[in-house]
Amino acid sequence: MTIGLALTTLPFGLAFALAAALAKDSNRAWLRGLGEAYTTIFRGLPELLTLLLIYYGAQILSRKLATATGLPIDLNLSPFWAGVAALSLVFGAYASEVLLAALHGVERGQIEAARSFGMSPRLAFRRVIAPQMLRMALPGLGNNWLSLLKDTSLVSVVALNDLLRMSWVAEQRTRRPFEFYAIACVLYLLMTALSTLAIARAEKVAGRGWKGPE
Amino acid sequence: MKLDTTIAIEARNIAKSFGNTPVLKGVSLAARKGEAVAIIGASGSGKSTFLRCLNLLEVPDLGEVHANGERITIGPGGQPPARARIERIRRSVAMVFQGFNLWHHMTVLGNVIEAPIHVHGRPRAEAIEEARALLAKVGLTHRADAYPSQISGGEQQRAAIARALAVHPSVILFDEPTSALDPELRGEVLATIQALASEGRTMIIVTHEMAFARDVSARTVFFCEGRIEEEGASAALFASPKSPRLQQFLESFRPGGFTADRQEASFSR
Repeated sequence: MTIGLALTTLPFGLAFALAAALAKDSNRAWLRGLGEAYTTIFRGLPELLTLLLIYYGAQILSRKLATATGLPIDLNLSPFWAGVAALSLVFGAYASEVLLAALHGVERGQIEAARSFGMSPRLAFRRVIAPQMLRMALPGLGNNWLSLLKDTSLVSVVALNDLLRMSWVAEQRTRRPFEFYAIACVLYLLMTALSTLAIARAEKVAGRGWKGPE
Repeated sequence: MKLDTTIAIEARNIAKSFGNTPVLKGVSLAARKGEAVAIIGASGSGKSTFLRCLNLLEVPDLGEVHANGERITIGPGGQPPARARIERIRRSVAMVFQGFNLWHHMTVLGNVIEAPIHVHGRPRAEAIEEARALLAKVGLTHRADAYPSQISGGEQQRAAIARALAVHPSVILFDEPTSALDPELRGEVLATIQALASEGRTMIIVTHEMAFARDVSARTVFFCEGRIEEEGASAALFASPKSPRLQQFLESFRPGGFTADRQEASFSR
C-alpha cells in the first residue's frame, strides 16, 4: 500500500512540479505569481495539515455544495486519493524548485542551436531542454522521492492501511511495540535502498555524454 | 517587388539596439547563390549581431530579411514577426556557432540526424545514411558514436559543420567558427570550411582570421561601429584598403603590429 500510494503520487507530483517550474520561469507576471504562491503554500504547510485539509475539506465542501444546490454531489475522497492529492501537491512544490534550477542550468547555446535549426519552442523543449534538465534534476528528484516514500506514513492518520498503521495495529494487538516498529524500519529502509539503486541507474543513463567513455 | 532568384539571402537596412546602445545602424547585405562572403571588423562592431539577425536569433528593431521565399519586414512600432515565418527562414539557413553548441546529450551522429528527422521529417534510415556520408566528408567517421565531450574542439566544430550541412541549407552562417579553438586546432576547421567554399556553397563567415577571410571568400565586408565601412572583392580589399579605418584595422594584424584585437579574439568566450 505504501509503495502503491507513492507510485500513484509520483506522476501527478511531477506534473505539478513541471507546471510550477514553467510557470515560475514564465514571462507573464501573473503566472510567476501563481507558481510562487503554490510553492510557498505547500512548502510552508506541514504535510500532515495539508492532508487533513484536503481529506476533511473535501467532505465539508461536498456537503455544503449538496445542500446549496440540492444536487447529489459527492466529492468525498477516499483516504487513498486524499493521500495522492496531498502528497502530489507537496511533492510538486518541492520538486518544482529542483526542476527550475535544472531549467536554468541548461546552457543558452544549446537552446539557441535548437531554435537556429528551426525547432519550435515545444520541439526544442522535448528534444533538447527536457533531457538535459533531467540529468541535472535527477539527484534532487531522488531526494524528493525518498521524502515522498516516507511521507506516505502520514496517511495512516486518515485510516489508510499503510505500513506504519499496520505496524501500529499489530502493536496494539500484541503489545510488542519494538518488534513491529523494527520491522517497519527494515521495510522502509529496504524500499529507500532499492530506490537509491534505481535512481543511481537513472542518473547514469541521463548522464550519458557528460562522463568519460562508457 | 520581383524576387531576385539568384539571391540566397538578403538583409536590408537592419537596425538593432541593445537597450540604449545602437549596435547596427542600417546594414544591408546580400549573398548570391554559390557565393562566400566574409565579414571582418573589430569586436563590438556589430558583425556577430548582424549574422544573428539573418536567422532572427536576434530580432532586428527595423529592417527586412529575405530567404527561402520568406520575407520578413519589421517596421517602426511593428508587431514582432510570426514564429512560423521565422522558423521557415531558419529551416534553410544553418548556423555554425563560435562555441560549437553541439547538443551534449546526443552522440555526434545523433546531432547530425536530429534536425533532418525532427524538423524536416526525413526518414530515419535515410538521415543516418546521409549523416555518415557527411561525417566522412569532414573526417569524423570514427567519431560518429562519440559524445561531444569526448572529442576535441576542432572535431566538435567539424561535427557542427556536418550538422549544418545535413539540413541542405541554402546558406550557412559561420559565427567566428575558430575563435574558441586553440591555434593548433584552427587549421582543420578552416580547411573544412575552405573545402565547402570550393564546392560553391553559399556562406557568410564572420571571422578574425584575416588570411582565411581573404582566401575563402570572393567578397569581404568590413564592419565598423554598426555600419558597413567598406566592401569589395576580397583580394582587392585586403591588398589596397581604401578607408583609413580598414587600413588601421588590417595594420593591427600585421606581424609586429598592434595585436590586442587578435588576442581578444582568441580569448573571447
